Amino acid sequence: MTLDTVKHATGTPEAEQPWAALGLKADEYARIREILGRRPTGAELAMYSVMWSEHCSYKSSKVHLKQFGEKAPASDAMLVGIGENAGVVDVGQGYAVTFKIESHNHPSYIEPYQGAATGIGGIVRDILAMGARPVAVMDPLRFGAPDHPDTRRVLPGIVAGIGGYGNCLGLPNIGGEVVFDSCYQGNPLVNALCVGVMKHEDIHLAQASGAGNKVILYGARTGGDGIGGVSVLASETFDATGPAKRPAVQVGDPFQEKLLIECTLEVFAEKLVLGIQDLGGAGLSCATSELASAGSGGMRVELDSVPLRDATLSPEEILMSESQERMCAIVEPEKVARFLEICEKWDVIATVIGEVTEGERLEIFWHGEQIVDVPPRSVAHDGPTYQRPFARPSWQDALQADAPTAERLKRPASGEELRATVLQLAGSPNQADKSWITSQYDRYVLGNTVLSTPEDSGMVRIDEETNLGVAVATDGNGRYAKLDPYTGAQLALAEAYRNVAATGAKPLAVSDCLNFGSPEDPDVMWQFAEATRGLADACQILGTPVTGGNVSLYNQTGDVAIHPTPVVAVLGVIDDVNRRTPIGFAEEGQLVYLLGDTADEFGGSAWAQVAHDHLGGLPPKLDLERERLLAEVLIAGSRDGMVDAAHDLSDGGLAQALAESCLRGGKGVRLVVPDGLNAFTFLFSESAGRAVVSVPRSEELRFTEMCGVRGLPATRVGVVDGDSIDLQGHFTLPLAELREAHTGVIEALLG
Amino acid sequence: MARVVVDVMLKPEILDPQGQAVQRALPRLGFTGIADVRQGKRFELELEGPVDEAALARIREAAETFLANTVIEDFTVRVEQP
Amino acid sequence: MSARIGVVTFPGSLDDRDAQRAVRLAGAEPVALWHRDQDLHQVDAVVLPGGFSYGDYLRCGAISRFSPVMDSVIEQARAGMPVLGICNGFQVLCESHLLPGALTRNDSLHFVCRDQRLRIENTGTAWTSAYVPNAEITVPLKNGEGRFVADEHTLDQLEAEGRVVARYLDVNPNGSYRDIAGISNAAGNVVGLMPHPEHAIEPLTGPGTEGLGFFASILKQLVSA
Repeated sequence: MTLDTVKHATGTPEAEQPWAALGLKADEYARIREILGRRPTGAELAMYSVMWSEHCSYKSSKVHLKQFGEKAPASDAMLVGIGENAGVVDVGQGYAVTFKIESHNHPSYIEPYQGAATGIGGIVRDILAMGARPVAVMDPLRFGAPDHPDTRRVLPGIVAGIGGYGNCLGLPNIGGEVVFDSCYQGNPLVNALCVGVMKHEDIHLAQASGAGNKVILYGARTGGDGIGGVSVLASETFDATGPAKRPAVQVGDPFQEKLLIECTLEVFAEKLVLGIQDLGGAGLSCATSELASAGSGGMRVELDSVPLRDATLSPEEILMSESQERMCAIVEPEKVARFLEICEKWDVIATVIGEVTEGERLEIFWHGEQIVDVPPRSVAHDGPTYQRPFARPSWQDALQADAPTAERLKRPASGEELRATVLQLAGSPNQADKSWITSQYDRYVLGNTVLSTPEDSGMVRIDEETNLGVAVATDGNGRYAKLDPYTGAQLALAEAYRNVAATGAKPLAVSDCLNFGSPEDPDVMWQFAEATRGLADACQILGTPVTGGNVSLYNQTGDVAIHPTPVVAVLGVIDDVNRRTPIGFAEEGQLVYLLGDTADEFGGSAWAQVAHDHLGGLPPKLDLERERLLAEVLIAGSRDGMVDAAHDLSDGGLAQALAESCLRGGKGVRLVVPDGLNAFTFLFSESAGRAVVSVPRSEELRFTEMCGVRGLPATRVGVVDGDSIDLQGHFTLPLAELREAHTGVIEALLG
Repeated sequence: MARVVVDVMLKPEILDPQGQAVQRALPRLGFTGIADVRQGKRFELELEGPVDEAALARIREAAETFLANTVIEDFTVRVEQP
Repeated sequence: MSARIGVVTFPGSLDDRDAQRAVRLAGAEPVALWHRDQDLHQVDAVVLPGGFSYGDYLRCGAISRFSPVMDSVIEQARAGMPVLGICNGFQVLCESHLLPGALTRNDSLHFVCRDQRLRIENTGTAWTSAYVPNAEITVPLKNGEGRFVADEHTLDQLEAEGRVVARYLDVNPNGSYRDIAGISNAAGNVVGLMPHPEHAIEPLTGPGTEGLGFFASILKQLVSA
């Protein structure tokens, strides 16, 4: 077989090329020819096809995503914004924090264990590539119906993969979500978040500058993993019987990744690195073109020098391989020896594969012959942009009109019915205790975990002397977003924001993982457009910029898309982690206050789902100024010792929040229904902008005065007392009975 | 009783971290000259009845659907002579 | 001069910095030891920390056991130097035959992370003398292969000689024989423990401070020696 060199391509302009099989459209192929002034070589075609895929180029989503930049609120905290591997936020005392959430949905459906494992590996390398030490991970997960046989296949594998990789890597898993809904059948959502910490001066960027500087590839050898995976995975949907094209699965090696982390932090500490990029989707194609595109000058790479696991790989395959646990660094020549020495210390293979050049081309050679000669920016950043058509779905009005009114859905009224509903919710798979899953994750390693699941946010200490810490929460509600994607996305943000504030931390920044169906469906594209617009608008008001994230499209089976599911992560800072607020009611006699306003809002609610399997109407209304105010009160309450416990109100409403706070702290509550509310709405409404707190009696006056001065409604609804939830005049529910209903549910379904 | 052995190995193109870690350790312990190590699983199935084509077909099916994860693993089935 | 306690880092060690923190909070000086370095740098005692050294590939602890630092640790442990192996460190001690038995896959087949109650049954070892006899403590436990197994004769011998240092209470989290959470060698200077006392040293980041006793014990012994 002749090698398709640049020279050969120039001489054979009419040669047939498999651009369509590689997922390119005719106009895209034509554009590549136009950029190059000739037909691309096989290697170039491979690079363009993978870098211009939906997954790498965001071609369907970027016209909408740019709002995150255009509408970004002015924030002193932003050190590095969208576009790098991950955004970086200033948290004070010279520290910077980087965090990002990403999806690994399709690979986790095909091979649950390895898909989920390599999802962790990828996001951790993104964080590492910013110059940070990874300090925690979180995993928001969504599965099909809990009793579906495929959930039994997928869930245990995914959980084991997250644990198997994350535990071996030594990163505490401090939070996330587990949601069941039949809309995710065949399209489970496996999102992964990582947080990293560094000093300001340690921030590193993915850019190659300075002619003569060396390009070093280090980490695992390159094998045939996931060749074309990025293109194929992002552009093919699955039919009911399985994937049409079964791509090679990547296998993760967490041990190799751990060595990569320690080795990379050591070369950072010795200031040996000018620019760095991790190898993820599109492997070397992505890393070399992005590094060269973002820097000054060009790059020359000798592909023969790449260490291989499989000697039979072709140059195109080497460029496209997605072998895990690899990084690419730009190093000055005089520092190369020390760099290699540190790699050797950690048993990490490192090889100089090329250098930064004077020119403006990315040039790649194989056996001395040139197989790639491209402007790197055209590969990495100037991919196609689609203006996909979108339109409000024809069924949207009917869905919204089907509101869960008292006439439409029968509501519990008697004490006995209300009591049974509290138990039914607390024991439903979405609201039940998730410790069967989270106990498979190490939450203690690194010794800085202050809060973890089931607390409202995960919190880690980042300085042992000053007790500075960061908190992160992730939230998403596909049911709300299905009813109204604009508000649904904002509600996801508001919930995560509230969860961070409830633990006492000040929300600073956002990362988002946007999980949707096919962008070729105008209904889905409308959902996407609405969700991004909603999120960008809300970030502006809350003052929390989007620092980065990821888009996952084509989450659908046949014509049926998942619920639009924007998952939003909010990061906050807390000056002294000793002041963190947990959810548990632990002190008898403390007063229970409900903060915010409660209305009759049941559209998309957990109650409507659990009691009636109903989805219709509108999601709860959102007042973002109120969310800000609530957060200020929660943070002040934590800082000044006015609240001992706080729990945000979301799915399942007050009843579910109280159930969790009581079971966590081991104490019951005596409650009264406030004037103007009926017991059902009081217990189960999902009105936004609310939290429940427990206040020491000595602080009651100070707390209520603060709420009064700031204009936040605070209603005393009860007292922490006894060992049951006692709603006066309605029912008494012993905690033992509640615990029985709330625990063991997931295990019984899947164990 | 007849014994059927099912060997399950990662497919050649799939990374085998365990094998690699063992391979790197061998020279340090003085065991040189070993170019590659791959680690697999061996299942020994004791049959109640005779080993005929039907029984082997059932075992192949078991291997295909259960013992091996054919997304990443290959398997072989052989009868071990007593 | 304060006691110097070495903490070994193998490739894949994870709780090494946490063990160093525990040593520091107990009042001793932590000394980082590297797996390739045979020199123990005049430490008075050694902690083999938790983690997944060499990815737990082949068998947990099986590859680490042959690292250069272990040559020295084994030699000095036999000469009486106190050694504490936590979790993966316990596995390394068993593979090294400094302690009997082996640690195998949890009976649940799942990794488990939980706050675990234990009873300290032998306060005569180098690492448990600060506890009152039969003290009941809570420390985190996190392992996938923590099921202690040994033959009946060995188990009987361990019991008879009082070498069961700690036993699980309430729940046996991994199916360990006779609920054994930790054991010692005959001399009492080498202790292996599956739960993680180094994660119960501050109320802020663990279930309490009841793990500090292991580090206080060794300090007491070294200072009085």
